[in-house]
Amino acid sequence: MSDEQNLPEDTVTSEPPAKVGAGGTAPLSKERRQQARRRVLRTILLTGGVMGAALSGFLPLAYAQRQRLRPPGALDEKDFLSSCIKCGQCVQVCPVSAIKLADLVDGFGVGVPYIDARAQACDFSCDAVQCILACPTGSLTYHKPEFLPVRAGAALAAKPILLAKEKDAEPTLNLTERIGVARLTRPETCLAIQGKGFKGQARGPKFQGRMRYMDVDRWKPIKISEHPYDVAECDLCVRECPVKGAISIETVFAPDGSQRKSPVVHEPCVGCGVCEMICPVEPAAIEIVPREVWRT
Amino acid sequence: MSRLLSRRFREQIKVMFGAEPKKPAEISPAAQKIHLYKRGNRDLIAEKLHARAHAIHDNKWRNRRWATLLFANLLFTISFYFDIQLLEGALTASRFIGFHLIDLNSALQVMLAHKHIITNLLIGTGTVLVLWILLGGRTFCSWICPYHLLAEWAERLHVYLVKKKLVTDQTIDRRLRSVFWIIFAVLAIATGYTVYEAISPTGILSRALIYGPGLALLWVLALLVFEVFFSKRAWCRYACPIGLTYGVVGIISPLRIKYKLDGCFHEGDCRKVCLVPHVLDTVIKGRAVEAEVPIGPDCTRCGLCVDTCPTGSLTFEVKGLSKLL
Repeated sequence: MSDEQNLPEDTVTSEPPAKVGAGGTAPLSKERRQQARRRVLRTILLTGGVMGAALSGFLPLAYAQRQRLRPPGALDEKDFLSSCIKCGQCVQVCPVSAIKLADLVDGFGVGVPYIDARAQACDFSCDAVQCILACPTGSLTYHKPEFLPVRAGAALAAKPILLAKEKDAEPTLNLTERIGVARLTRPETCLAIQGKGFKGQARGPKFQGRMRYMDVDRWKPIKISEHPYDVAECDLCVRECPVKGAISIETVFAPDGSQRKSPVVHEPCVGCGVCEMICPVEPAAIEIVPREVWRT
Repeated sequence: MSRLLSRRFREQIKVMFGAEPKKPAEISPAAQKIHLYKRGNRDLIAEKLHARAHAIHDNKWRNRRWATLLFANLLFTISFYFDIQLLEGALTASRFIGFHLIDLNSALQVMLAHKHIITNLLIGTGTVLVLWILLGGRTFCSWICPYHLLAEWAERLHVYLVKKKLVTDQTIDRRLRSVFWIIFAVLAIATGYTVYEAISPTGILSRALIYGPGLALLWVLALLVFEVFFSKRAWCRYACPIGLTYGVVGIISPLRIKYKLDGCFHEGDCRKVCLVPHVLDTVIKGRAVEAEVPIGPDCTRCGLCVDTCPTGSLTFEVKGLSKLL
């Protein structure tokens, strides 16, 4: 392979070449034929490499089925992945930086936004769901196109009312579908069920997550660690839920017939994840199940 | 445009899709006269040496281009970092002071995969289309694409290694790029996923610059390694569908490089620095069909040939504008 760079395209010097390109008419010498053959092999190699890399995007979808919580207004997963242009404008407008972009391990989901609610939930402190407004392709949308079906239970019975702007002229979030549903996945650890109170920083001093507290500043979310709690009976998930009527503490009966308090999720839950973020026990007793629908 | 230039123009479109440039079947009398004059003219050798001795090689266009490329990409980063909302998003789709700008190839992938187009997507794509028609199509590649800059540096390393006889440039069939373009379009339609976007080094790099690095950069690194040790500028030359999309836009662009036959000594310096030397086939001795030949749509308008030409035979031109002035 001494002078392989001297292939037809580059052989051209100041003199007009005898033959031009592989498609030339002059018969090819043995050496040229060999060069052409190697070139075909390299072309196949590059094709294989690029296609292999491109199609490896299917792997995470086929095997891991990692359920990502998508930002509010997201289309159903398949449509979301096909319509997202991976620009991150939703990331940029979020006042609490709840939205992250997925990496290579997400396959075709690389560069697609998601929310890790435990680390930083969407608390709707932007009021108007800025990420939906920022989305250029309609991946996040108020108005789902008509040809896309709505999964049963994904639709909200009514537009959710944002407690923070309950007194405003337009109190709703304008969302028509939920992105998930909160579930009490570890009831045994829930402080409310145990009848315990909570005192201190909800997630410890090092927690970076932020939230808007209306009694502090409507337009400036602060760190949760800067807002310690002192409650006789833990109700942090209910206290901080931004959506009206989505969760409450109810008296429930345990299987043994004894009475106790428990957080209960209601139909207006949109799946924003504030309850999961604020839950002071580790791991969280209440979690968002992404893309979950409301089951009555 | 003369008949010969129109024919060449059509051939250059084919060349963009992967055909090899051919020797022209016919050359205009004016050009023939110049070709004839140059043939066996001994005075030209002295002139050539003189021109070479006095040529000023100052990387003017390269520096402007690198500055533009870095500025455009860092504007995204700065805008997000300081939250000044000047240029939001990434290269795939963005908003410049509120105006939607959407990369043509990304938009195409999304439209094909999602099969639904909303107004903002249409506005952004239209704006970018008009912008790049005016600015030259593949100008995007060399003046904006962050991968291009890395690949330029990788190319430099590759050329050094070739000179040291440690590696050789393994050329690949240029038609592959068109094949990839079709494959990715079909895949987007068939699977409903924007398959290309998952491996687009342009998108990956742009997001990495704005939102921080990720594992996806390993793919970009793999491409660069391939280019350094195996095949010169392989991604841009043989694979990237973005380049072809913008190349098609460049077909109708008035901004291009113009070649002037009379001052050229046919030494081929321009072809050596060119990413797409097949567009410069016209500079080969005896090939120019007219005294002035515009360079074809696959040209990235990077200006390396303009910088490198010792005689000023290659210049930027805006079609129609030079006539006006």
